[in-house]
Amino acid sequence: MRGLFTKIHICLTSQSSKSQHCSVPIQTSRTLKMAKISIATVFIALISLLLTLTHSFSTENPTDRRILVLLDDLALKSSHSIFFNSLQSRGFELDFKLSDDPKIALQRYGQYLYDGLILFSPTTERFGGSLDVAAVLDFVDSGKDLIVAADASASDLIRSIAAECGVDFDEDPSAVVIDHGSYAVSGTEGDHTLIAADDFIKSDVLLGSTKIEAPVLFKGIGHSLNPANSLVLKVLSASPSAYSANPKSKLSTPPSLSGSSISLVSVVQARNNARAVFSGSLDLFSNKFFKSPVQKAGSSNKYAKSGNEQFVTELSKWVFHERGHLKAVNVKHHRVGETDEPAIYRINDDLEYSVEIYEWSGSSWEPYVANDVQVQFYMMSPYVLKTMSTDKKGLYHASFKVPDVYGVFQFKVEYQRLGYTSLSLAKQIPVRPFRHNEYERFIPTAFPYYGASFSTMAAFFIFSFVYLYSK
Amino acid sequence: MAVPVDSLAKPPPASSTLRFAFGNVLAFFILLLIGVLAFSIRLFSVIKYESVIHEFDPYFNYRVTQFLTKNGIYDFWNWFDDRTWYPLGRVIGGTVYPGLTLTAGTIWKVLQSLNIPLSVETVCVFTAPVFSAFAAWAAYLLTKEVKGTGAGLTAAVLLAMVPSYISRSVAGSYDNEAVAIFALIFTFYLYVKTLNTGSLFYATLNSIAYFYMVCSWGGYTFIINLIPMHVLLCIVTGRYSSRLYIAYAPLVVLGTLLAALVPVVGFNAVMTSEHFASFLVFIVIHVVALAYYIKGILSPKMFKVAATLVVSVGLVVGCAVVAVLVAVVASSPTKGWSGRSLSLLDPTYASKYIPIIASVSEHQPPTWPSYFMDLNVLAFLVPAGIIACFSPLSDASSFVILYLVMSVYFSGVMVRLMLVLAPAACIMSGIALSEAFDVFTRSIKFYITNLSESLQIDAGDAVPGNGVSPQNDVLKNDKKEDTLKERPSRKNKKKEKETIEKPSVKSKAEKKPLVLPVEASFFALFLTVLLGGFYVVHSVWAAAEAYSAPSIVLTSHSHDGLHVFDDFREAYAWLSHNTEVDDKVASWWDYGYQTTAMANRTVIVDNNTWNNTHIATVGTAMSSPEKAAWEIFNSLDVKYVLVVFGGLVGYPSDDINKFLWMVRIGGGVFPHIKEPDYLRDGQYRIDSQATPTMLNSLMYKLSYFRFVETDGGKGYDRVRRTEIGKKHFKLTHFEEVFTTHHWMVRIYKLKPQKNRIRGKTKKSKSKTSSTTPRSGTTKKNPWH
Repeated sequence: MRGLFTKIHICLTSQSSKSQHCSVPIQTSRTLKMAKISIATVFIALISLLLTLTHSFSTENPTDRRILVLLDDLALKSSHSIFFNSLQSRGFELDFKLSDDPKIALQRYGQYLYDGLILFSPTTERFGGSLDVAAVLDFVDSGKDLIVAADASASDLIRSIAAECGVDFDEDPSAVVIDHGSYAVSGTEGDHTLIAADDFIKSDVLLGSTKIEAPVLFKGIGHSLNPANSLVLKVLSASPSAYSANPKSKLSTPPSLSGSSISLVSVVQARNNARAVFSGSLDLFSNKFFKSPVQKAGSSNKYAKSGNEQFVTELSKWVFHERGHLKAVNVKHHRVGETDEPAIYRINDDLEYSVEIYEWSGSSWEPYVANDVQVQFYMMSPYVLKTMSTDKKGLYHASFKVPDVYGVFQFKVEYQRLGYTSLSLAKQIPVRPFRHNEYERFIPTAFPYYGASFSTMAAFFIFSFVYLYSK
Repeated sequence: MAVPVDSLAKPPPASSTLRFAFGNVLAFFILLLIGVLAFSIRLFSVIKYESVIHEFDPYFNYRVTQFLTKNGIYDFWNWFDDRTWYPLGRVIGGTVYPGLTLTAGTIWKVLQSLNIPLSVETVCVFTAPVFSAFAAWAAYLLTKEVKGTGAGLTAAVLLAMVPSYISRSVAGSYDNEAVAIFALIFTFYLYVKTLNTGSLFYATLNSIAYFYMVCSWGGYTFIINLIPMHVLLCIVTGRYSSRLYIAYAPLVVLGTLLAALVPVVGFNAVMTSEHFASFLVFIVIHVVALAYYIKGILSPKMFKVAATLVVSVGLVVGCAVVAVLVAVVASSPTKGWSGRSLSLLDPTYASKYIPIIASVSEHQPPTWPSYFMDLNVLAFLVPAGIIACFSPLSDASSFVILYLVMSVYFSGVMVRLMLVLAPAACIMSGIALSEAFDVFTRSIKFYITNLSESLQIDAGDAVPGNGVSPQNDVLKNDKKEDTLKERPSRKNKKKEKETIEKPSVKSKAEKKPLVLPVEASFFALFLTVLLGGFYVVHSVWAAAEAYSAPSIVLTSHSHDGLHVFDDFREAYAWLSHNTEVDDKVASWWDYGYQTTAMANRTVIVDNNTWNNTHIATVGTAMSSPEKAAWEIFNSLDVKYVLVVFGGLVGYPSDDINKFLWMVRIGGGVFPHIKEPDYLRDGQYRIDSQATPTMLNSLMYKLSYFRFVETDGGKGYDRVRRTEIGKKHFKLTHFEEVFTTHHWMVRIYKLKPQKNRIRGKTKKSKSKTSSTTPRSGTTKKNPWH
């Protein structure tokens, strides 16, 4: 019994670690093949198949459906209603709860109840129920999505969630972002903590193809990112004149965060393609900011409506996988002129490789069109690196010659583009040398040697004959 | 010069024809019993343990044989194995000596066609004992050619149970040497047979036997160097004859052609320095043959003139050829010799330049006790045998002497080559024992004859002339078989004594005690039998206790009974049941063959150490800190890392004891790994005095992870007999997934890359660090 338990246990962990990578269709075919190979592994295969099937709901339909919204105060529900309504109108089921509600639970019986989590509770020191930092991070690590909005008085809880994802809010609890250069012009001369930011990341995937004209109103704390961290992206940066400090006290020491290195809104895409948005301002999502007119200081352009609504809506589309989610299916390879996939190639074979790549549009899978998808024929280093041609219907295709090297190769597609989920396909295929009878039987350059052998034989025969029978 | 006369060629006297036939039948049955003895003494491993394949290399051979029986010879020939040396793969058909595999495969096929449904494994297990019986018979044939039937039978008995050979051919030891020793002795037999008869038939057989040897073992180069050396020796000592030519020339031509057919040898048969000696002697023997021919047709005076001319011209041409040859050879970096052969000529070569060769224990020079362990009394009898071979010296006996001398040298270089020495020692001892018995029994017989015929005074002088043949007719001695065995050799001797003007010193010495008291003879006979008895007792002990352990199953006796350590198979079974088919397992190369054969998982390196860089990569990973090691392994798509650890039960040949070799081999290719970093004042230690590099290396961590939990916080290593240096530590990039019952094999899994990259905050660190490794629950060893 103990042994059996161990087997299941290990299988589960290996499965969960695996599903963090993408390419579930390949995985299914592999598990099927595995089940064929060995009866002993049927049990394991069945379990992984089951898991794959339960996961397949989200892979086939990557957009989140059920979202838990945790609020400090139920008044936020009405003060941020435009944002929530836009989500609901796109088909999301929102479940509003107070952050200290003792009945909060992300999962029941090992199954997650929600596909996304919105934390609009910057001041909460402890969540109610079973929710804590680790539970939130496990939620992300199982591929679910997250929106976190902090504020000037962000709690340690929120800060540590952010820090675990690579977003470092300013450590000074009283500091907010101040910008005397590009603040939002308003009726009263304030302390310039209401910022009109327009330094967006240049990415259609993240922010939609329509350009955001009006600046985004921001009031809250800034954060910094580790430049070495490849998983986080600055979506909205502060202007070079911004700094992070307490507006009420006099600035005695240089601010720890300053200039455009301050990030106002950042996104994280984890290695398992879970997505998260971190914003230093909760008001960014509010009805008040959505509707308010905006004019950036020093600029004559006055907009009747701030860019907040467009910015937040587009960003929420990205974070809930309505955009930029790719899948690769139907990986095929075969020799030129054949259709079946061989178990092994020979050196110098000509082969064709194809893969179909689709992007999720929010409701259906659309062909993904790009001209930079490359395939590698890889053994410790790429021996072949080729850009694949596409038929604009999702099919990518390349044909090349197997190099004159034998070994265990891999077809690799490593496609990582800003804002898109990362595609990482690897398929192992051995390449063998020539068989003994695949070489040329007679080669012209060796004719002198053939001649030498046969003439020697003939001469020896004649010599023996003469020697034995002469006289 | 004395020309040995084949005893069988002489028609025996009519009166003793019946006895002669009877003797042949007796010899036949003795040989049969020797075969049974050779076979059954090697079954201790099956009786004491079970019918399993032993050790490391035999598992590979077994796997190859399975492939052969399943897929046929052509697929075997073209087999590209993608489960070893990932991702390079290995062309098995072109890099393996196919003799053993083909032999076992053929045996299996024949048995199948006879409706004897033995499994491939059974056939493989019993191949070595069967072939050791063949080897004993081949030793009989060879020694018979040299010194007659008596010596032959004695040599066969000795060879059937020489411990050195038993160590490589117990049931289950399915390795190349199992068949190669038979092939070696048989090739030598056919060479000597050809030398004695001058028959082209035997010369052709000799080439075919050589071909079989080339198929079986890389040690064939010993043959192709020893035989030319003997030919050269014969020429130099003026023993050139047409028989020598017939014995040698076809062997070189046919043998080289046949050897080139074996894929693993191929063009090496004409390209590498190992084979040059045979071609050089081939030229020399032709020159000599031509000289003898010319000498025959010219008058002595003319010949002298011609000789001076030819020698002076030949010297110039020869010098030019040698210069070219030297230049060609010197231009290649290893001087055309493979590393293993070079280390034979210069014993310090390997340890200086090639750590991978020096790291193998069987490539080390042997210690003195191993001669007594492996040869026992043979070591004392060999000198006597050499003396016996010199009286008189024939072509055949000079060959045996040369064989002995060369193999003694080689066995001193590499302990593995003790195996080549063993047959030579057996043959020599067989000759010595046979001669001794011959002398003692003859003196006893002579005493009895004298007694019965009442001839007392004249006996001393009459011995050489007439003492022998009358005895045979008159006497029915109790030592009948001995007498029968001695017959041909004694005849030989008589003949020789007539041709040689003076009997050698030894035979004179033999003759004198002949008339001396019969008690001395009896006593000496008793002592000789006792000596043989000791040898038998020692051999049986060696076969039963020392050499039968399969090394995948270990046993130990302690005060509370027998303990069986079956950890290796436990670990391999775990791998095969709990990992995916395509998963790659990294371990030190010793365990590569077993992992592919028993767990059926892809390995990075294995016991066929053809790619030094790849092995160095694994060695570097094992010597590196955790993170660097993780990166190396991850780049090789490794999923699991397997280490062998003996510290809990005191199993000395574990990975920590092999670790310095990993450092050396790794450092040989990747210079950032430096051996002194792992040594404290030149000493290898793992206790609190160990260097930080040592304590942070992956091998240390994987070996001693959680080790401190086993004995309540002390962490006492029973192999190194010390407390370990670093007791409490965590693994960040690896997780333990399986540890066997006695902790001898530990399997770790590479953790996947972190899903998120954490920020730099200091404040939240203490609070959240425990939650970051998500797989915290799986760290526990499920078996404890």
